[in-house]
Amino acid sequence: MSILVNNDTRLIVQGITGREGRFHAEQMLAYGTNIVAGVTPGKGGQEVLGVPVFDTVKEAKEATQANASIIYVPARFAGDAILEATAAGLDLVVCITEGIPVLDMVTVKAFVDQHPTRLIGPNCPGLISPGQAKVGIMPGNIHIPGPVGVVSRSGTLTYEAVFALTHRGIGQSTVVGIGGDPIIGTKFIDVLKLFQDDPNTEAIVMIGEIGGNDEEMAAAFIKEYVTKPVVGFIAGRTAPPGKRMGHAGAIISGGKGTAAEKIKALEAAGVPVASHPEEIAELIAQRLS
Amino acid sequence: MKLHEFQAKRIFAKYGVPIPEGDVASTPEEARAIAERIGGPVVVKAQVLVGGRGKAGGVKLAKTPAEAEEKAREILGMDIKGLTVKKVLIDPAADIQDEIYLGMILDRARQRVVMMASSEGGMDIEEVAATKPEAIKKVFIDPFLGMRTYQAIEIASGIGLEKSQFRPFTKIATGLYQAFMASDAELAEINPLVVQGDGSLLAVDGKMVLDDNGLFRHPDLAAMRDLDEEDPAETKAREAGLSYIKLDGEIGCMVNGAGLAMATMDIVKHYGGEPANFLDIGGGANAAKVAAALEIILSDPHVKAVLVNIFGGITRCDEVARGLLQAIEQVQPNIPFVIRLVGTNEEEGRALLAEANFPTARTLAEAAQMAVAAARGELQ
Repeated sequence: MSILVNNDTRLIVQGITGREGRFHAEQMLAYGTNIVAGVTPGKGGQEVLGVPVFDTVKEAKEATQANASIIYVPARFAGDAILEATAAGLDLVVCITEGIPVLDMVTVKAFVDQHPTRLIGPNCPGLISPGQAKVGIMPGNIHIPGPVGVVSRSGTLTYEAVFALTHRGIGQSTVVGIGGDPIIGTKFIDVLKLFQDDPNTEAIVMIGEIGGNDEEMAAAFIKEYVTKPVVGFIAGRTAPPGKRMGHAGAIISGGKGTAAEKIKALEAAGVPVASHPEEIAELIAQRLS
Repeated sequence: MKLHEFQAKRIFAKYGVPIPEGDVASTPEEARAIAERIGGPVVVKAQVLVGGRGKAGGVKLAKTPAEAEEKAREILGMDIKGLTVKKVLIDPAADIQDEIYLGMILDRARQRVVMMASSEGGMDIEEVAATKPEAIKKVFIDPFLGMRTYQAIEIASGIGLEKSQFRPFTKIATGLYQAFMASDAELAEINPLVVQGDGSLLAVDGKMVLDDNGLFRHPDLAAMRDLDEEDPAETKAREAGLSYIKLDGEIGCMVNGAGLAMATMDIVKHYGGEPANFLDIGGGANAAKVAAALEIILSDPHVKAVLVNIFGGITRCDEVARGLLQAIEQVQPNIPFVIRLVGTNEEEGRALLAEANFPTARTLAEAAQMAVAAARGELQ
C-alpha cells in the first residue's frame, strides 16, 4: 500500500557522521526505517547509532544488501554522492541536499538516466510511506497510513497538506517530495504514474509552484492516463516575475512558469485547484466520500 | 546573480569572443578621456542591472569626446526602473549591417543547456519566440560531449549567415559556451551580435546571470556583485542566510519553507491584503534567525502588520514559540503581530503565545484574515 519505499527498503545514509545526517538517521530509525549502513569516506569501520559505517557505497551495498540511499552531504560533494550511489546500482537514491550547482545536476541527471536507479530530489524533503518507512526529513508523526498519494515540489507546504488530511482522518499511501530545483531526478509525471498504478492509492494530491512547466506536462498526463481523482495546489500566485522565490526552480522567467498558467492547465485537465492549502484536504474528502 | 554588461563582455572576451574596445567610467570626465582614447564616435551606455535601458534613454551616441562627456553627464545619476546609474560603458560605435541574437540558457524540460540564435537581433528572445518562433534555431548540448563544431555550424547556417562567416561564428559560439560553463552561468546572451560592414562579427551587448549555487567555486565572480543595485534588505537577508524578496504590500510575512511562504503570500492576497515580502526562514526557527528576519521585515516602512506562519515539524511548536517570543522581546516591534503555529505540540505553542498576549490563529485562513484586519487597524 505504497510506492517507492516500504518495509523492504534497506537504507544507506550517505553523510551519516555529519550533524544533519546523524540527526535525521536517528529520527528515521525511531520511525522504524530499516537503516542498514552509513557511508562517510574515511570513516569506514566506525559505528553510528548502532549502524555500521563504510567508506564507499559499493562496500556498504555488498556488505548489507542495501537497495536505497539517502544523501545528506554538503552541496559541493552531493553531486558526486548521487553518482556514487547510482554507479553502485541502488534502486532508489534520495538527495536532500539543497544548493547543488545546476550545471552539476545536468551532468548527474544525464548519468542517472543511463542507469536503472531512480533519483528523488535534490533539494527535497524525501518520501514516506506512513507506518512502513520514512526516507527523509519530514516529521513522521503527522502522517497516518491511508489511501491518498501526495506528490509535491515543496517541504513544509506538503507537511501542511498532510497535517490537514490527517486531521480529517484521511491517511496517506506515500508522500513524495520531488524537490524545488530546476533539474530533479523524478518529476510529477513519474510519481503520478506510480500512484495511478498502485492499487492502494485511491486519490492523489499534487502540489506545484511557479517556475518551469512540469505542472503543465503533468496536467496533460493526467488527462491522458490518470483515472483516480487528483486535487491540485499551486503556490506563488502573488510571486513577482524574475525573482527566485527561495527554491532555485521557483522563478517566473520570460513571462513563463506563472501560477495562472499552471492552474489553467490543471483545471482544463479536470483537476480542481485549491485556493489555499487547507482547502486541499476538503477537496480530497469530497472526492473520497 | 546578474552581471553588468561590461562584466559579461569582459568574460566573453576571455573566451575569444570579439567585443568593442571600450571602458567603464564613473564620471563625465572619465567618459571623455575614454572617448578620446577610442577616437571617432562612441556609444555611452548606462550600466544598470535591468533591461530596457535604451528605451529609458540610458544609451546614447556621441560623435566627439566633448559630446561623450555631455551624454555621460546626462546618463550618470539617471533613474532607470528604480536603479540609479553609477557607471557608464563607453564603446566605439559599431558599423551595424545586421543584428543577430545568440544566447545560452538551461532548458528545464529537456534538462540540457541549449544554445539559441535568431536573425532578429536586438529584440528580446521571448518576443521573437512569441511572434516569429521559426526564426529561432536551437541546439541542445550533450553534457558528456559539450558543444561541438557541427552544432555551431547548424546554427550559423540556420540563421542565414554567409558561408565565410561560419568559422568566426563558430569561434564566438564556442567561446560563449565555454564562458557559460566555466562561470556556472544560468544565462549568457549576446544581443545583438553585430555583422559589421566588412562582414566581421562583434558582440556589441552582453548579459550574464550566474547560478548563486555555483558561486562558491568562483570567488572572482562573486566579488563582482554590485551591492548598489541590490535592495539593502535583500543584501542583509542573504548575509543572514535568509531568503527574502521585498514586495509592495503592507503585510510582512515570516514563514518556514519556500512553498509555504508563497502560499502564505497568496492567501493574504486572497483575503484582500497585499504581502510586503517573501521570507523563508528555513528549517527550525531559532531565536537569532527569527530576530534577524524580524529586523529585515520591519526595516520596510510600509509594513503595518506581521503574519508569522510556522509549521513546526521536527522542531516542536512550543520550542518555536519560545524562539519567537525571545526574538520579539529583543526587537521590540511596535506593530501588530498575528502568529500561527501548526504541527507537533501546537496547543502548547499557542498557549505560550497567548500568555504573552499575542493573537494566535489555528488555521492559515483565519491567520490571513486576522493579519489583513490588523493592517487596517481593525483587529480586536
